Amino acid sequence: MIEVKKLVKRFGLKTILKGLDFSVQPGEFVALLGPNGAGKTTFLRILASLSRPSLGSVKVAGYPLPNESAKVRARLGVVSHLPLLYPDLTAEENLEFYARMYGISNYHVRITEVLKMVGLEPRRRDLVRTFSRGMQQRLSIGRAIIHDPEVALFDEPYTGLDQDASEMLDDVLRSVAAKGRTVVMTSHDLARAEDLATRFDVLSRGVIVASGTKDDFKNSNLLDFYRKALET
Amino acid sequence: MTSSPSFFKAVFAIARKDLATEFRSRELISAMLVFSMLVILIFNFALELNPDARRTVTAGVLWTTFAFAGTLGLNRSMAVEKDRGCMDGLLLAPVDRSAIFFGKAISNLVFMLLVEMIVIPMYAMLYNETRIFQLEFFGVLLLGSIGYIAVGTLLSAMSVQTRTRDVLLPILLFPVAVPVLLASVKASGGIVAGLPFEDYVTPLNLLIVYDVIFLAGSYMSFDFVVEE
Amino acid sequence: MQQKPILLTILDILSIIGLGVATYFALVFAPTEAVMGNVQRVFYFHVGTAWVGLVGFVLAAAAGIVYLMTKDMRWDRFEAAAVEVSAMFFFITIVLGSIWARPAWNTWWTWDPRLTTAAVTELIYIAYFMLRAGIEDPEKRARFGAVYTLLGGLSAPITFMVIRLFRTIHPVVIGNASAEAQGGFDMSGDMVAAMLVSLAAFTILFIGLMWHRIRMGGLEEKVEQLKLKVSM
Repeated sequence: MIEVKKLVKRFGLKTILKGLDFSVQPGEFVALLGPNGAGKTTFLRILASLSRPSLGSVKVAGYPLPNESAKVRARLGVVSHLPLLYPDLTAEENLEFYARMYGISNYHVRITEVLKMVGLEPRRRDLVRTFSRGMQQRLSIGRAIIHDPEVALFDEPYTGLDQDASEMLDDVLRSVAAKGRTVVMTSHDLARAEDLATRFDVLSRGVIVASGTKDDFKNSNLLDFYRKALET
Repeated sequence: MTSSPSFFKAVFAIARKDLATEFRSRELISAMLVFSMLVILIFNFALELNPDARRTVTAGVLWTTFAFAGTLGLNRSMAVEKDRGCMDGLLLAPVDRSAIFFGKAISNLVFMLLVEMIVIPMYAMLYNETRIFQLEFFGVLLLGSIGYIAVGTLLSAMSVQTRTRDVLLPILLFPVAVPVLLASVKASGGIVAGLPFEDYVTPLNLLIVYDVIFLAGSYMSFDFVVEE
Repeated sequence: MQQKPILLTILDILSIIGLGVATYFALVFAPTEAVMGNVQRVFYFHVGTAWVGLVGFVLAAAAGIVYLMTKDMRWDRFEAAAVEVSAMFFFITIVLGSIWARPAWNTWWTWDPRLTTAAVTELIYIAYFMLRAGIEDPEKRARFGAVYTLLGGLSAPITFMVIRLFRTIHPVVIGNASAEAQGGFDMSGDMVAAMLVSLAAFTILFIGLMWHRIRMGGLEEKVEQLKLKVSM
């Protein structure tokens, strides 16, 4: 579903990604872990077609970036730590706007479906301005999957959420993944990642330094796996 | 279920979203209006707008006011997209980037025209200046606003991405928008003074030339301003 | 450390000789103008600097277009160099023009199309530098700079045409003079020679300065690279 080979990204003279290889099979839920400044967000922005690779090849949902970016974008949903919502529009209006931008015909049914899924159906006519951080984040996930994308990218979706809000987000993320979508999520929160993901990749110093599934550290835990990966 | 929307649908969706937001909050237009009123008030005392002076400076005062108020609106409209990451949301949609440009330009243009439609009758009332109510005058207003907004929308997309942000937009915009402002002043001044069409047809032509060149130029370079 | 090219040294020497010769032609060789007297001699340098200022402006816009097409940072350095050098020459042109305008028009400044366009162009240059100063990412800085020089290049000729609608008193040196122009004069053969010498001298100087500036840009980047290496 995602195929990245020898990806290099430079900002001026600084090289953030240094020949990164990465691939994801359909239906996998990959947690992308790594210290601050490792290049996780940069990498996700490249997968999301928001940033151009300096070198290397990137294929998402079968189409190369940046050449076929419009085709990739139609098959991609992105949640970042910013909600990407308009505070002066209602939840429903926000989704309507994005539905139009994705060319979804007959979107009213779909919007109700999505709002129910993220648990915001009762608040559909309220301004996003009045929403808590957690509700905004859930609506943001609704926005990202409004067009039923094949691939979902989550960049630190838990940023700024309290315990309750995080748990509610867990359920929503699970239901997103349950539909057989391919998901890549960056996170600081190892416990949450361990709970949700099926595969764990560690990004450090611009490359993937380790990759493993739950079976690979059955006897230890994710934290050990993560620490060991950073040491090498 | 998903397909790329047509170009015009995307343009329309963006403009409609901006208008709906503004209809609810009225942040942008009220700021532009109050600011315009203040500028006209200051001009009144700074220029001693007696009936004689008004004959010659009406067009200049109005266009200066619109240009200043315009930067307020342009800045705000793009900052809304930038601050909450909504620009990324627009860029993630499977539409051509120029649809974003035209969508934002249309809503900016509507805001500017709305402000002009309110400020002009007030100016006419305050200064008993009814000669501005001419169809030709409004034609120039439209042409001038189109050129100004076209280049302003592009430059505001640039300035919100810099460290200096709001401060930078007028500095970038005014030197490049000099022709559109001067041609508008010249043409609308001629209309207010009651000159025959031949006397202001040249600035009018230059205004059209500017509009065409800068709409095309902004449309073509918008990609370079939003890509990363 | 890369050696200074021999051709550049030759250009430096040629520039100095050229300026010397141009000064001689302007101050000694050219006959004193009958009406205005010696102050008219400033005209030779005025035309020389205006010429290279204009060339630099056109080159910058062209380099901007090439940069946007190729994304080669060398064109960005070329563009920035052209703007910088021609901003300086434009400024000198305006100052020299003022010195001449004082006795000829009895004022330091007049809102004539050429003067006003020169002033607006100078403001575009300043805005260009402020824009570049506000952007960290060199690649983005290059893109925005290129777009802005392009807009500047498109608007300057229209500015000139618009301001011409308000009347002019600037003498037209080449082509037929307008009846309203004041301080115009017919050039004798020696005067034309002095002007051509000045044009040639400033062209050589311009090429030399451009080369130096582009080379400096390259060296600056190298310094940054080395700094980065040391810090890592």
